[in-house]
Amino acid sequence: MHGYAGKVLYIDLNTGKTRVEPLKMDYAKKYVGGIGLGMRLWLDNSKAGVDPLSPENPLVLALGPISGTIFPTGGNGHAFVAKSPATLCIGEAVAHGTFGSEMKRAGYDAVVLEGKAEKPVYLWIDDDSVQLLDATHLLGKSPSETEDAIKEELGDYYVRVAAIGLAGEKLSKIASIINEKTRAAGRTGMGAVMGSKNIKAIAVRGTHDVVPAKPDEFMEMVKEFHERMKGPATRKYRTLGTTENVLVHNALYCMPTRNYNNAHFEEAEKVSGEVVNEKYLVKILGCSSCAMRCEHEVVVPEGPYRGTMSRIEYETLWAMGPYCGIDRLDAIIKGIEIATYYGMDGVSAGVTVGFVMDCYENGILTKKDLDGIEANFGNSEALIQLLEKMGKREGIGDILADGVRVAAQKIGKGSEKLAQHIKGLEVTGYDLRCLKTAALGFAVSFRGADHNRHGAYAFDIKGKVDRLKAEKGRGKMVRDMENLYALIDSFIVCKFSRGTYYKGLADMAKLYSLVTGIDMTGEELDKSGARINTVARLINIREGLGRKDDTLPWKAMNMPIPDEGPVKGAVVTQEELDLLLDDYYTSRGWTLEGVPTAATLKELGMEGLTKIVKGKQEA
Amino acid sequence: MVKIHERKFVSADPEKCVGCQICEYICSWTKEKGFNPLKSRIRVVRVNQLANMAVTCRRCEDPPCVAACPRDALTQSEETGTIILDVDKCNGCGWCIEACDYGAIMLHPETKVVHVCDLCKDEADGPQCIKWCPEEALTLVTSDVLAQKARISAVKKLFQEAKKKK
Repeated sequence: MHGYAGKVLYIDLNTGKTRVEPLKMDYAKKYVGGIGLGMRLWLDNSKAGVDPLSPENPLVLALGPISGTIFPTGGNGHAFVAKSPATLCIGEAVAHGTFGSEMKRAGYDAVVLEGKAEKPVYLWIDDDSVQLLDATHLLGKSPSETEDAIKEELGDYYVRVAAIGLAGEKLSKIASIINEKTRAAGRTGMGAVMGSKNIKAIAVRGTHDVVPAKPDEFMEMVKEFHERMKGPATRKYRTLGTTENVLVHNALYCMPTRNYNNAHFEEAEKVSGEVVNEKYLVKILGCSSCAMRCEHEVVVPEGPYRGTMSRIEYETLWAMGPYCGIDRLDAIIKGIEIATYYGMDGVSAGVTVGFVMDCYENGILTKKDLDGIEANFGNSEALIQLLEKMGKREGIGDILADGVRVAAQKIGKGSEKLAQHIKGLEVTGYDLRCLKTAALGFAVSFRGADHNRHGAYAFDIKGKVDRLKAEKGRGKMVRDMENLYALIDSFIVCKFSRGTYYKGLADMAKLYSLVTGIDMTGEELDKSGARINTVARLINIREGLGRKDDTLPWKAMNMPIPDEGPVKGAVVTQEELDLLLDDYYTSRGWTLEGVPTAATLKELGMEGLTKIVKGKQEA
Repeated sequence: MVKIHERKFVSADPEKCVGCQICEYICSWTKEKGFNPLKSRIRVVRVNQLANMAVTCRRCEDPPCVAACPRDALTQSEETGTIILDVDKCNGCGWCIEACDYGAIMLHPETKVVHVCDLCKDEADGPQCIKWCPEEALTLVTSDVLAQKARISAVKKLFQEAKKKK
């Protein structure tokens, strides 16, 4: 077998027993791998309405068919899938590095963790040998400290580790799973699911070869893509990195600022990617098999946070910076370091602090409520203190550690309107009021507010469409991008390399065929992309979600952009959203309630799942 | 016997190396037709994220690995300085591994005998890791050239500092 390892490892944490089942090739062909395969396996192994933090919510770790090869960026990703404690629907998060390729060499396409270990353990997968080892002594350690301790303990410094921090142990609904110190499967609280199973870390060593089906043609393709990786398609990631977005978004007035009170940050020049690179950048790292490298490592050279080290990206910079009105890069870097230390999603953590600051300025939360912290926008000390409290679930941090939706429910007093999330997942750095294709993408994203499920912001930002207009046709644009993004996270390759697939899905199909030996076309792949999005939709319907949940944060629909500039007054009305949703559902072959029809399921070869939507398919 | 001044080996520039492991993948592919870092003759080290460097055989003068082998399985090529293994004599005891200051001679996961960089002697275009490194961090150098490079980079830095101070 090529590309796929052909095996799925099941671990029953209640008993410690493991079993290996052959990978169903029908699933492999239809759902590819990564998040697609992971979601399909999760559906098979869970019941409707499962409590996300109960033993009955399996945590699936899935690799892609390209994992473990030399293909640029293709070697290195892995995906976690489970029901999300934050969104109460399907959760998934992908990370890159070296962990995924090691897991593939250990001989698995997926690992399904079921039940709950009696006491804290870490999982040690050494090819065929699978053990649960005591992790009591690792409790409270950061993911990075945990990784170092496990390597020392196992006596192998090339073992790859993915771990949770204190936030995951304390079941924070914004907890991440972090591998190789700085790479996070950040979104949708997968770290809390891991923590709920009493798993502190997963360590893996794989010794098997990975061999593509058609080696000569494969290596020719790799050579070609090495050249493409050095070209214009990846320039941004190789140079300034994603922090380049700060000034771009700011100029377009689409950078949510001070918890969506503004769309433009007057101090953006101080926190730009240009300044990051000039003053703080120390090294750019590459993941396993990447011929581009993008991971910007920064160190604070002076001042109160001297010596702070972190990886930096636009999203985390934005969340801890402009979103909180903070214009100090050293504090922002410190904030990201704290999120990584405790194992919290840096985006959700920053957005939560922005929410608290808004509550404070509106008198909903007082200094007393906040354990003495004066949480004005722009107060970088408050950012640091609140993040520390969230990481430890200490004082007010206990309420905030579950993200803005849960926090607003507990705080009340109208704070719900200030909680900027979709389906319970905090927003990311794109102001949806003036990016209406993105607004649709965010509204329908199956894991909640996120740009990584569709990348539809690109149409708006690059001026391919009128970004202030909601019109027919956007549905199909979002649909196509969703399919592509689902495939990228299922192969798994890196989204930053998406521009190197000059022929789009046809290039991806060729790659798939050369690695797996299974014939594939661009059209078939698009169908797989549709299938992956549809299975996610079916899961969400099973968990009780529907059209009403495909919506936008309160401010995006009720508070027009106030800033003088090109998009003053922009907002998304219910009428516009309805038009966009109708158009999108139609392009997917779903009813206007957002339910896949029998005909659509049949066309995708998913008839077997029709029972989930039985009685709901009438238009 | 090739003189030490002329002996070439693969060296990684830590300023350029990003730890991407492409050298490992291409080495194991060239030598064994499989992607597997454990079968690579060059290994990447990453320490605290900031320090990244690929390490392989330095083709030392009076190589300690050769001296350490109790079974005379290792010899050094007089012509190139390459460490040559007699697979029939090696029993994987690991003395050479212990003797090497660089961790550049390693035990193969399957054959259980040691393997070490031979500069891709069977490849027409030389060491494949150098050819494939996307950062151009790997070069074939002599110790003399390394010293020259170090001097140039030290002087460059010095003058950059001086410029800043002005």
